[in-house]
Amino acid sequence: MYFLFYLALGFVLLFLNNDVSKAVITLMNVIIVLVPLIGTIFGVMYFYNSKEFTELLLALPIKRSSIFVGQYLGVAGSLTLSLVMGLGIPFILYGLFKSNAIWDFTLLLVVGAFLTLIFTALSFNIALTNENKIKGFGYAVLMWLFFAVIYDGLFLLSLIMFEDYPLDKYSLVATMLNPVDLSRTLILLKLDISALMGYTGAVFKSFFGTRSGFLLSIFMLILWTLIPLYSLVRKAQRKDF
Amino acid sequence: MIRIDDLHKKFGRNHVLRGTDLSIMNPGIYAVLGPNGSGKTTLIKCILGMVIPTSGTIEVESKAIKKNWKYRREINYLPQIANFPGNLKVYELIAMIKDLRQKPGQEDNLISVFGLEPYLNSKLASLSGGTRQKVNILLALMFNSPLIVLDEPTTGLDPAALISLKKLIQKEKEQGKTILITTHIMQFVEEMADTIIYLLEGKIYFKGTVEELKTKTGKTNFDHAIAAIATNLEDV
Repeated sequence: MYFLFYLALGFVLLFLNNDVSKAVITLMNVIIVLVPLIGTIFGVMYFYNSKEFTELLLALPIKRSSIFVGQYLGVAGSLTLSLVMGLGIPFILYGLFKSNAIWDFTLLLVVGAFLTLIFTALSFNIALTNENKIKGFGYAVLMWLFFAVIYDGLFLLSLIMFEDYPLDKYSLVATMLNPVDLSRTLILLKLDISALMGYTGAVFKSFFGTRSGFLLSIFMLILWTLIPLYSLVRKAQRKDF
Repeated sequence: MIRIDDLHKKFGRNHVLRGTDLSIMNPGIYAVLGPNGSGKTTLIKCILGMVIPTSGTIEVESKAIKKNWKYRREINYLPQIANFPGNLKVYELIAMIKDLRQKPGQEDNLISVFGLEPYLNSKLASLSGGTRQKVNILLALMFNSPLIVLDEPTTGLDPAALISLKKLIQKEKEQGKTILITTHIMQFVEEMADTIIYLLEGKIYFKGTVEELKTKTGKTNFDHAIAAIATNLEDV
């Protein structure tokens, strides 16, 4: 279903834009907001739905961490695959390999995959700590809302409040601490439209645009994936069923 | 076989197990009894490693079970509530469990004993409560393990299936296995159990045979003896 959605999305965007690199930009906006949401909701739903199954497995001679990491990889893996295939197929058909947007597009997919992994792991954590489905679901959606919308709002507010101070370092760090923002910045800069962002854009460009900045960002994304995953395993070890 | 030392378990403020000590050394049928909420299921889940004890140690086959999972190969477990993924078919579930256990199972015999052949191709969600319990029992008894834990095995079974279940349990016992059963059906206990373990407020109040229980409480009827045990022992 998810796969078909992306497949359709890819074709429609290409059809409307008639240009691969423009479609990539539109796609970015969709991916940045939608991928975390889907990862969050699917993660929570899957976890609660498979509760019985988990209990069945727990009584069998299987390591706890393998049960939960396996479930996580199952959900996150299939979501990632749908994303990559669903978007990849229309773009390849449209002649992606001949266009110069291929690296932008690849980065977009990599970032999308990371976002799926991160938000599925976060939602598993939420589901594991909340027995109550409704509560867990609510927290998960709130978490998504926080990272996708509220964080930006707070960030902007803080920038306005402290506008008298030099904020380069602060805004860099603040961006790093939100996987959604981090992904957005990475893609925007790769697409080379940072001129649109004025002075901050220039600062960001000098940081993210460099090789080390890029590597650091990817490293942060990996960290964002591994920390929730580790906490998931830790929590699972201690939980009662 | 099983050794439990000073086991405590708290769920928030609810102190379920309060220093349970238990050792089960010989094969046979052990009935774990006690009023609702006395910690029977919690105790069993602790042995299985599904519930992590607050303190205390549990050893199965003289190996501590903490941070260990391989010992579960030696245990067959029948959960109290048969929760299965509803979208699986019965034979798929059997195949999957066999695959996970990496052991040969004797499911064919059990399928015919419980008359499950017509249901093999139906989804678990569409089965009735009793049939689901039969599948549950089948999964628990199809492997050859020295320790069998049955949590309320009789729920929802029709009389014919109940008789088959009793026969099956007797057969397992003859093979020198240790069988742990919790149930509220006293007739079943009286008929089957070699040893009774009575749990009350998270402690073992009584451990002994049916006869010992009757002499201790001074009742000739087993139902009454069980009902009297809590009040009587409090007087002592």
